Amino acid sequence: MIRIFLFSVFYFLFFISIFAQGTFPVNGVHDYRNKTVAFINATIHQDSKNEIVGTLIIENEFIIDVGKNISIPKNAIVLDLTGKHIYPSFIELISEYGIPKLTKTKSHQRHGMQQFLSNKKGAYSWNEALRSEYNAVSEFTSNESQAKELRKMGFGMVLSHRMDGIAEGTGTLVSLGKNTIANNLIVNEKAANFLSFSKGSSSQNYPSSLMGSIALLRQTYLDGLWYKSYGHTQTKNLSLKAWNENLDLVQIFRANDKLDILRANKIAEENHTKYIIQGIGNEYQRINEISKTNSTLIVPVNFPPAFDVTDPYDALLVSLTDLKHWELAHHNLRMLDEANIQFAITSSDLKNKKDFLPNIRKTIANGFSREKALDALTSIPASLLGQQNQLGKIKKGFRANLIITSDDIFLEKSVILENWIQGQSFFINEAAPNIFGEYNLFIENDTFKIKIESPPSSTISIAVNDSTNLKVKYQRIGQSITMSFILPNEKNKTRLSGTIDSASWHGEGQDQNGQWFKWKMNLISKLKLDDPLHIVQHEKYPEVIFPFVAYGQKKHNSENNYLIQDATVWTNEKDGILKDYDVLIKNGKISKIEKNIPAIRNYRTIDGEGKFLTAGIIDEHSHIAVDRGINECTQAVTAEVRIGDILNSEDINIYRQLAGGVTTSQILHGSCNPIGGQSALIKLKWGESPENLKFENAIPFIKFALGENVKKSRTSFNNRFPDTRMGVEQVYRDAFTRAKEYKIRKENNDPNLREDLEMETLLEILDGKRNITCHSYVQSEINMLMHVAEDMGFKVNTFTHILEGYKIADKLKKHGAGGSTFSDWWAYKYEVIDAIPFNAAILTNHDIITAINSDDPEMGRRLNQEAAKSIKYGGLSEIEAWKLVTLNPAKLLHIDDRVGSIKIGKNADLVLWSNNPLSIKAKAEFTFIDGEIYYERKENINRKKRMEDERNRIIQKMLRAKQNGAATIRVETTSPKIYHCDTID
Amino acid sequence: MTQLTNLSKMKYTLLLLNLFLSFFLFGQQTPAPKQDIPILVMGATTHIGNGEVIESSMVAFENGKFTIIGNIAMAQGFSDYKIIHANGLHLYPGLIALNTTIGLKEIDAVRATRDLDELGNINPNLNAAIAYNTDSRVTPTIRSNGVLLAQVTPQGGRISGQSSIMQLDAWNWEDALVKVKDGVHLNWPNYFSRKGWYGRKIEKSKNYQTLVTEIREYFEEAKSYNLTDNPKVKNLKFEAMKGLFLKSKKLYVHTNFVKAIKDAIHLFNKFDLKIVIVGGADAWRIPDLFVENDIPVILTQVNRLPSFPDEDIDQPYLTPKWLAEKNVLFAIANNGMWQQRNLPFHAGQAVNFGLDPERAIQAITLDAAEIIGIDKHFGSIEKGKSATFVICNGDILDIKSSKIRYAFINGREIDLDNKQKVLYRKYQQKYNQEIKK
Repeated sequence: MIRIFLFSVFYFLFFISIFAQGTFPVNGVHDYRNKTVAFINATIHQDSKNEIVGTLIIENEFIIDVGKNISIPKNAIVLDLTGKHIYPSFIELISEYGIPKLTKTKSHQRHGMQQFLSNKKGAYSWNEALRSEYNAVSEFTSNESQAKELRKMGFGMVLSHRMDGIAEGTGTLVSLGKNTIANNLIVNEKAANFLSFSKGSSSQNYPSSLMGSIALLRQTYLDGLWYKSYGHTQTKNLSLKAWNENLDLVQIFRANDKLDILRANKIAEENHTKYIIQGIGNEYQRINEISKTNSTLIVPVNFPPAFDVTDPYDALLVSLTDLKHWELAHHNLRMLDEANIQFAITSSDLKNKKDFLPNIRKTIANGFSREKALDALTSIPASLLGQQNQLGKIKKGFRANLIITSDDIFLEKSVILENWIQGQSFFINEAAPNIFGEYNLFIENDTFKIKIESPPSSTISIAVNDSTNLKVKYQRIGQSITMSFILPNEKNKTRLSGTIDSASWHGEGQDQNGQWFKWKMNLISKLKLDDPLHIVQHEKYPEVIFPFVAYGQKKHNSENNYLIQDATVWTNEKDGILKDYDVLIKNGKISKIEKNIPAIRNYRTIDGEGKFLTAGIIDEHSHIAVDRGINECTQAVTAEVRIGDILNSEDINIYRQLAGGVTTSQILHGSCNPIGGQSALIKLKWGESPENLKFENAIPFIKFALGENVKKSRTSFNNRFPDTRMGVEQVYRDAFTRAKEYKIRKENNDPNLREDLEMETLLEILDGKRNITCHSYVQSEINMLMHVAEDMGFKVNTFTHILEGYKIADKLKKHGAGGSTFSDWWAYKYEVIDAIPFNAAILTNHDIITAINSDDPEMGRRLNQEAAKSIKYGGLSEIEAWKLVTLNPAKLLHIDDRVGSIKIGKNADLVLWSNNPLSIKAKAEFTFIDGEIYYERKENINRKKRMEDERNRIIQKMLRAKQNGAATIRVETTSPKIYHCDTID
Repeated sequence: MTQLTNLSKMKYTLLLLNLFLSFFLFGQQTPAPKQDIPILVMGATTHIGNGEVIESSMVAFENGKFTIIGNIAMAQGFSDYKIIHANGLHLYPGLIALNTTIGLKEIDAVRATRDLDELGNINPNLNAAIAYNTDSRVTPTIRSNGVLLAQVTPQGGRISGQSSIMQLDAWNWEDALVKVKDGVHLNWPNYFSRKGWYGRKIEKSKNYQTLVTEIREYFEEAKSYNLTDNPKVKNLKFEAMKGLFLKSKKLYVHTNFVKAIKDAIHLFNKFDLKIVIVGGADAWRIPDLFVENDIPVILTQVNRLPSFPDEDIDQPYLTPKWLAEKNVLFAIANNGMWQQRNLPFHAGQAVNFGLDPERAIQAITLDAAEIIGIDKHFGSIEKGKSATFVICNGDILDIKSSKIRYAFINGREIDLDNKQKVLYRKYQQKYNQEIKK
């Protein structure tokens, strides 16, 4: 009866105009109402901690009282909610509710053609992805079908914005009420400022990479400051104006990955602000680092479906990462909570919105606190938006946003009955009576036993006699019930239509011949169904590994004291090669190089007999371990972008290269513009976070490039300057001319100077604080750059590739540049037709510091073999050859005071080889970084075994899930992109 | 000549070289004339190519063919022979580069120099031999590393065309031909396909089965055509496939994923064809299938990244050993053209990961020859076979000792000079001139 009553109330309230006065004319007779409703006998969850069985009174859109023994106003409509629960409605922070869909214009650009400036008309930003001027409120109109979907999930308020751009503009806080006048739904016009790393619908080319997006954001903070203090007097820019205004709002950053959270937070910290960051549900994979950011998150409850791994070969494609994530995703919330990370829950990226509450319940069943769950849906988003005084709780004076549920909302059987939004009620589900039980069905003179143990539309069983059991479907709409079945010995269906009246059901029916009859059904016994969610499984979640990919591990052994005995030690120092020597590693440093060092307690002793100990390999030119783009191709000068911003600690190539004896890699920007981005120098500390990979206190580098890639020779069309080597020169001359002017203004403390990240980087070069690695092939351009450098007053530290270096060894020597080259690559493009494999030897023989690099994750695994080629071609000695991949790159990178040779006091970045390291028969058996073992050939076998066991365990679990009816998807994987210099996308 | 081109000696003969400068700088490597005097190589460690080794060997050859192979003790009465003293050196059959584009392109990135990927999807009638450029500047650089024979292979499409076996020292492609159109190359459909942003997502291909069916139907038609005595309409593509059904030609099926390999073998067994799997990354998972069906595999690249994110990081290096243990007939190959000079080091890496060294040599000599059907004349140091071999300073599979001292093709001593050595010498001159100044 209650249900019917509520239904009618809903019907009336629908027509209440919330506002008693407005500017809008009324076509007809004004129908203002003042409605008071009292909800009695409900379990009222005022917030996650306070729950009472009592009364709640609302007047129009506000709560006027709530409590146990409060008086009910005479005019109130009284609703008895005995057994029901009331919660504050949920608040969604990520939504495009009521925002018109963006119509994307198709790009008709020719391949290779670039758009350099924004296509947006008006006095806005140069960059189309900066849309600070956009306010969602300016377009917001209610949308009933979207609202319905959100209300069904329990939401009453949404922060709506357009997910488009790097600066997306502001979002507006609106209620999900039904009103054709948008004005009356908006709670806060500009409730938050949204940022992201993806440029969305912008057809402009810059930025084309993640590091470009980061640079653009960082620069925009600076531009904002400049515009505020001075720029606005010189120029008008509505985007920057809005940018500055939006800084005062709540800042929400939409990230794409766990590592993006760290990246976003870095930008926030740099600009003394705080972001609320939207994650994607894999935050547990870097929980410690994310916890340290002290950021509040907005997290989804998207759980990936199981893969169809029935075919063991198909299953090969599925990565351990995805297998484990399938198993761990629903533990994310609990782990975040245990790490004391504050978060709100969003339904935004959930494909099937029906999964929203069930998924939250699943996390609770797995040990996540129901109080935290409620907070994350109500009070946390409310206070994040500064609305803690009127939203997110059931409290006097708060907005009357509440949901009425059949049971405790986190129980599986519980359903949302109604969602009241600012006094408007919305019917969501009917209160289903509990009809589960065993009944006697009487038709004419026959008696059947009926067992109803599952909800309508599913099966019930009818026992005709002891041996026959009919399985039939039944339908229930409200109190009316329909059933049809074919009785044994009959050909056609018998159909029943009736009414449910507590324990007795009755009605009429037609038999197979069309004869009408009466029937009734009496309850024998009720079925008691346990709600599985009453049983919270505080199961220990499966282990998280670092990095979260194959060959990652739970905990890295950080032991850094070792004694390596009786090895042949290639010192790279004056001592040359020492036979049968011991090397002591103490606290990560090389502490002794002697014969017969006795074993020390607590030092693991490694037998080096017959083995070769060398310094770790240093790859001067690598593109591993980065995310989403190695090139910011879109401008000739992109000194503002930084590889260090996009390091990806989860790249399997780190581990693969450790197995090849590599301990340090310089990760370079690609080669498609004359002045590329800033490099990052990393130690291959497999398992560490991106920040911890960075080589400490290394002199920063930047990538320059010359030649075909810079001219974009591979595209059929190019409109980005330069298109010739002549133009390349002018790019440099122009850039450094501007940098010098900038420098003067800076030195004169020009208050009107716009701090420019690009210029700041070039200044570092001019000031000798940043070194250059220049991608180069032919002699003419190499000579050119040395001239430019000498004219402008800087030095080129390293020419990388430098395949024609052998033609100008004398000039390189004079300039003081080093070379980092391929051992034997050639003939892959026109500018390398004169490349010769003797290059490294010739440069070495001219006393030029020369290295051999990989530029390739495969070659990076066997740089020792590449070094050996300089013995074959050019006849270098073994020591000279070995230095090409160890000490010499260390010198080029100016880290030879710490790595590159075996010397007391240096970092114990060492490799123990099975054979002469220059022989093709050499394998790295141990790879140490800072004295810690990051790769051990023997241990790798166990690691692989563990990985395979883990795969198998989860695959079996997936198979069971499939058997139990879980939906599965086709196998797929996300492979880390393999980058080379000229990888443009 | 060969002594002059020996690199280590170059250093000491720079002055002498000055005299010949113009010749060396601008001259190209001239194809060698026919063997006119019998030659005896004495004292080398000879790697036969079939797994056997003769220490302190003698190898005699005349008119381009090996005549006597044995122990150095037998080397008496060869007074009319030119003698090459090779004590301490190693003698190997000339290396064979399979599935290569050498001679079909000069510079990867320059379209005008590429003749390897024709328009259209089904091109069994294309003959790579006629596009083979004997004057490629790249060829001498791989020859001087011991690669003397090549299976020159077109690429692209579903059926790329037919490869031919060429020897790498010739005036023109007719001279270079060892075996014309040894087989048809088919690229088996990808079981997995890439999609999404940056192409990072890899998923099960949706049209794989359709494409496999298309292949089956095409082969059914081709077979039917070739069973017809006088076809009403002549079809060049079907004509080109005749040899497949007569088993005089091989079908090279390029594929890597285990299920694709199985599907390919299953399909072509029905047509009773002689097939070779090229690529074969996953062959180690199903060695018995290869043995049972007598199907060889050409492993393209030992030095590559694992096929799957979770695969054993060493798997590509281990595969040759595992195939050898299961008695699968396999050859080791390398992709590309200039890269062929590193062919021996792919085999070397397999040795590093457990493959028997002589078996590794076999995989780039005799077994390679067998797979492409030239083993009757090439691939090993055996009496009656073509005197196509190299003499190396040391272990040819180990980079630092892999310096070729002599190379012979059909008994002709090959010029081991190349464009890169010429440039090396040229710039030695530059620095010498500067010192003189």
